[in-house]
Amino acid sequence: MREPAGLEFSGVGRAFTVAGRHRQVLAGIDLTVAPGEVIALLGPSGCGKSTLLRLAAGLDSPTAGAVSVDGRPVRGIEPRCAVVFQEPRLLPWRTLFRNVAYGLPRGVTGAPARQEVEHWLSVVGLDAFAQHRPRQLSGGMAQRAALARALARRPGVLLLDEPFAALDALTRLRMQDLLAEVQREAGTTVLLVTHDADEALHLADRIVLLGPSEDPAAGSSIRLVLPVPGARPRDRGDSTLAELRASLLSELGVNIHGRIQA
Amino acid sequence: MSLTEERTAVAPKRTAARRAVGVVLPLLLLGVWQLLAGSGIYSPAQLPPPGEVASAFGELAGRGELWHHIAISTQRVLIGFALGAVLGLALGGLVGLSRTANAALSPTVQAIRAVPSLAWVPLLLLWLGVGETPKIVLVAIGAFFPVYATVSAALTHVDSHLTEVGRAYGRSGLRLVATVLFPAATPAILSGLRLGLAQGWLFLVAAELIASSMGLGFLLIDSQNTGRTDVMLLAIVLLAALGKLTDTLLGFAETRLLTARR
Ligand SMILES: Nc1ncnc2c1ncn2[C@@H]1O[C@H](COP(=O)(O)OP(=O)(O)OP(=O)(O)O)[C@@H](O)[C@H]1O
Ligand SMILES: [Mg+2]
Repeated sequence: MREPAGLEFSGVGRAFTVAGRHRQVLAGIDLTVAPGEVIALLGPSGCGKSTLLRLAAGLDSPTAGAVSVDGRPVRGIEPRCAVVFQEPRLLPWRTLFRNVAYGLPRGVTGAPARQEVEHWLSVVGLDAFAQHRPRQLSGGMAQRAALARALARRPGVLLLDEPFAALDALTRLRMQDLLAEVQREAGTTVLLVTHDADEALHLADRIVLLGPSEDPAAGSSIRLVLPVPGARPRDRGDSTLAELRASLLSELGVNIHGRIQA
Repeated sequence: MSLTEERTAVAPKRTAARRAVGVVLPLLLLGVWQLLAGSGIYSPAQLPPPGEVASAFGELAGRGELWHHIAISTQRVLIGFALGAVLGLALGGLVGLSRTANAALSPTVQAIRAVPSLAWVPLLLLWLGVGETPKIVLVAIGAFFPVYATVSAALTHVDSHLTEVGRAYGRSGLRLVATVLFPAATPAILSGLRLGLAQGWLFLVAAELIASSMGLGFLLIDSQNTGRTDVMLLAIVLLAALGKLTDTLLGFAETRLLTARR
């Protein structure tokens, strides 16, 4: 098994030029994630959470600063990272088995490959569906398969971009428990983008709040880093978390009495 | 599970019924033809009744020459189609995968595509003589363009989400083509091949009308010269039937390939 990897953003910025206009999306991101740590990344829509995740995966490169995994700079696709996107994005022409096998690191073939795929399929509870096609699955099952595909890569860092956002509430809770369990088993470092404060409080060691600065043209940066007390897995009803939840929501601009602040 | 079983059980009956519906119109046309021929509006030299066409079929088949015409035409189409399809796949693949190739080649190819089939004939005769080569080349030209166009379009329009999955999981270059781009484009590529085959038949007639001593196109022009309208109609019916037959065969292959991955 691959060791969990550390992840570091130092002075990371990303600007896009769309139709000749320069737009700073991220600026001055400094964050060090320890190996095995679970970080939840929260922030308003459009603040650049997915962009930050893509930088870590090597799907995109920063216009300022540097991203490194275990001290080595990320250049091109990072083999020690695996991504789960907001949509399952399974390859529709492949069976589930072959979709999960798609995640295997290069060079893993034959019997070890088969065992590996079977292992992760059973971890996510889909061993009975190995020969099914993606379109024969429910949304939750497909997202579980996407998680298995990422895990098959034995990543040092697991990058999750709102992986449960499209699921119904009950399935989402189940998936959160599954993720906690898998994280414990594999020990992977996790960077989880989420919109859900409860999800963040349930799963993360630290919550990182991303948001725009006073000057909106300057791009988003880290507004707040919140360590979550208590060891994982946490009780969802834990009352000590209630206060944290309230302050988190107010940081996100949500009044806990149900009104949205200006 | 039971739902899908039920569906597969019902499906064959339904498709059989649907196919039977497809026979209604040809039978109707045959009836109208018979009525028109018998009505006296047209002379028998202008519109012989279906029965006469059938006996022309018997006459030519009995003399054995009909099979020669059919065989040589089919051979020209198959060889020409194979050549044109291979070239269309290769060039369409190149243009669909490389933006540079697209910018460099597609305007020229589009322009050449606009040349009508008959315009090629004198040039091909001049360059390639009167043997089999110019006919096969013309069929190849006809088959090339639909294949080229569908393959290049299909490859450029592959879902970028899936391509990103391929990249995120370490596939690039030929491995990305083989695991994501090509499989994603397969349904479109297959229908492009069918279009190419159909256009191959169209171009065949153009070739045989002008310079040949055998083939269904020759039969068509020869019957015009000898005033045998029955043979002329026979050639047209045979062209339609052969075109439909080869398309159906390719359609079977297409369905088998696509259901194998459903
Ligand atoms: N390839 C791109 N080209 C131009 N602009 C982009 C590109 N990718 C992202 N952006 C811009 O960067 C900003 C941040 O996008 P991003 O997808 O990272 O937001 P997000 O925080 O993930 O939002 P959400 O919570 O809605 O998913 C958006 O304004 C978006 O328009
Ligand atoms: Mg996003």
